[in-house]
Amino acid sequence: MKKWNEYLWIFSAVYLVAGFFNILFAWIGMICFVTPLLLSIIGKGKIYCNSYCGRGQFFELLGGRLKLSSNRNIPAFIRSKWFRYGFLAFFMTMFGIMIFSTYLVFNGTNNLKEVVTLLWTIKLPWNWTNTSTVSPWIAQFAFGFYSVMLTSTILGLTTMFLFKPRSWCVYCPMGTITQGISMLKYKGKVKQNGTTSKGNS
Amino acid sequence: MKKAIINQTECVACGACEKVCPRKAITIFHGIYADVNKDLCVGCKKCEKVCPASVIQVVQKEVVS
Ligand code: SF4
Ligand code: SF4
Ligand code: SF4
Repeated sequence: MKKWNEYLWIFSAVYLVAGFFNILFAWIGMICFVTPLLLSIIGKGKIYCNSYCGRGQFFELLGGRLKLSSNRNIPAFIRSKWFRYGFLAFFMTMFGIMIFSTYLVFNGTNNLKEVVTLLWTIKLPWNWTNTSTVSPWIAQFAFGFYSVMLTSTILGLTTMFLFKPRSWCVYCPMGTITQGISMLKYKGKVKQNGTTSKGNS
Repeated sequence: MKKAIINQTECVACGACEKVCPRKAITIFHGIYADVNKDLCVGCKKCEKVCPASVIQVVQKEVVS
């Protein structure tokens, strides 16, 4: 019998499609940012990644069950601390810039720009949603956030094809940050000997 | 006896291995790394195959009696 949380990939898929039709759905994606952070802060480690992340499941499904992954090993530099924390820093910087442009719309300096930006460079005009029902900054954040979600999906799909299905999880900013928080919280408990495990060997 | 060993300093604690292990031999230690219970592991290599960071190796281990 499958448990309910094994179907969370449906949530991830529906989210991307819903955002396509109405950009304001992008806000729902905040759940995928706030939940893992809160869970690791209260000491639950990476339980979000381990059991509840729809995106991880989505890649597992496409790359595993649907065999779209080449299953090659990921290049060692991608799993290096430098790359993982570097990508996290880059991602957070871009996220900060996105928040700032939302703020500029909020205080009236800029007007709402109805574009979705892929891979932080490619700008797609995205004006088929009626956003006049909400304040412009609410719509601006939705465009920015959806850009982040779509960009990370594209990167994740690319590494899913090239390497193992869940390669995105190696450099996913949420995964890196929740592991970092867990390390800070449980520093004293970490064993020092790189490769051991429980039980008799 | 073949057993899985994990390079825990490079493990990203994603839990992909934990999910596929038919023996429930893997647990994620406080969101930091994966831990194999060698008493349960049967060396089936399922975890090795899915690990996105490729930090699991299934190797021959002496049986300690
Ligand atoms: S690393 Fe990212 S994509 Fe992977 S399970 Fe965790 S939050 Fe989801
Ligand atoms: S080799 Fe098989 S039994 Fe051993 S930990 Fe990996 S998946 Fe589990
Ligand atoms: S699949 Fe690999 S990286 Fe993920 S928790 Fe298991 S050993 Fe660590």
